[in-house]
Amino acid sequence: MTMFSMNEPTRRAVIAGALALAALPARALTTNEARALIERVTSEINAVINSGRSEAAMYRDFESIFARYADVPTIARSTLGPDARRASSAQLSAFADAFRGYIARKYGRRFRELIGGQVNVTGAGPVKSFYEVDAIADLRGQAPFEVTFLVSDRSGRDLFFDLLIEGISLLRTERTEVGAMLDRRGGNLDALIADLRQAG
Amino acid sequence: MGGRDMVRIAALVLLGGLAGACARVEPAATGTAYDPYEAQNRQVHAFNKGVDRALFRPASTVYGRGLPGPVREGVSNFAANLSAPGDIVNDVLQGEAEDAGSNFFRFLINSTLGVAGVFDPATSIGLPARESDFGQTLAVWGAGEGAYLELPLLGPSTQRDAVGTAVDFALNPMRYALPDELRTPAVAARVGSGLQQRYVLRDTLDQVLYESADSYAQTREIYLQNRRFELGGDEAQDYFNPYDDVFDE
Repeated sequence: MTMFSMNEPTRRAVIAGALALAALPARALTTNEARALIERVTSEINAVINSGRSEAAMYRDFESIFARYADVPTIARSTLGPDARRASSAQLSAFADAFRGYIARKYGRRFRELIGGQVNVTGAGPVKSFYEVDAIADLRGQAPFEVTFLVSDRSGRDLFFDLLIEGISLLRTERTEVGAMLDRRGGNLDALIADLRQAG
Repeated sequence: MGGRDMVRIAALVLLGGLAGACARVEPAATGTAYDPYEAQNRQVHAFNKGVDRALFRPASTVYGRGLPGPVREGVSNFAANLSAPGDIVNDVLQGEAEDAGSNFFRFLINSTLGVAGVFDPATSIGLPARESDFGQTLAVWGAGEGAYLELPLLGPSTQRDAVGTAVDFALNPMRYALPDELRTPAVAARVGSGLQQRYVLRDTLDQVLYESADSYAQTREIYLQNRRFELGGDEAQDYFNPYDDVFDE
């Protein structure tokens, strides 16, 4: 509400300053850096799926990889669609937190399908304002399949914001799912956050 | 695609995309589903789920637990080999000479060295299946994807893919060339192959069908993304950029 009490020139200065900051080229992400990031991700994934640890331990490892290398707040916020605009920052952060656990449990359960397999980066390149890094997953007893990571530094750090398996985007799929969950709760974000802590 | 894939799609009832080997498209409809028949589709989806819950899923569990893995793989290989001639026809119709040649040699090798297709030595020597279907052929010819459809027992599709499935069924050379004594084993193998798919993908399929907030919407989303990916190859994927969404409001 402080914005409203500001006089016009100050307000304009603040906005101009914010825009300048946003437009700052900083240190743009390169193809090699995007690729290197995902090589770290895949090598950590390979270590986990070949570690021989228990499934429960693998879920925790997966959640930690997701938390460190994915732009979870942006992914989470995006799954809320336009509803994110009416959420408070406390709600958004609670939602992002619940969402991270939900993703880890939901996809972590499928980690056992990866046991003994290998995921290797095969190529990378710029797409629009971000980077695409392609990998191939070779699993035991299955035809190899394509995995794509989308990497951006828009959050201020180099992080991936989507992961696609044979064209199926985690981001898009979860936008649909979270949208449906929210509809079911009559748009009540707090109820969704509470339930998401258990879901997956 | 032929009968094998019809059974396979039926098998997948819902698909679950990770099937990883179903279908493909031009990235035309830009991520959003064109679904004017949603009301009917949702009824069909409920029916398909009922069939899956009552019959298909339990049968696949019995099949998966009752037969050793190598036997189930042999059955699936046999069924897949029978659909190879249909793949070759579609490769030719699409002008994909290399795929046609590869699938042709694959069929020769697996039908002989692979003992009528029960084994798959072709994959080990670098000739993996290059699947193809008439829905894809239509896409190559420039036909649009059309509306999303969920077909009874066959599962998710589009108007273009539904036509493709019907044409593949009629077009498969094996429907005419197969010796009489192999017809019953062929049908049985296709059923087995469908059960195997449902069994192998059970975690994914159960999650999508029975744990989603809206299994119809999830099925549609996953099917269309995967199909477009397969048809579009890896170029010009229609990626969703969440930063536009978040920062440019």
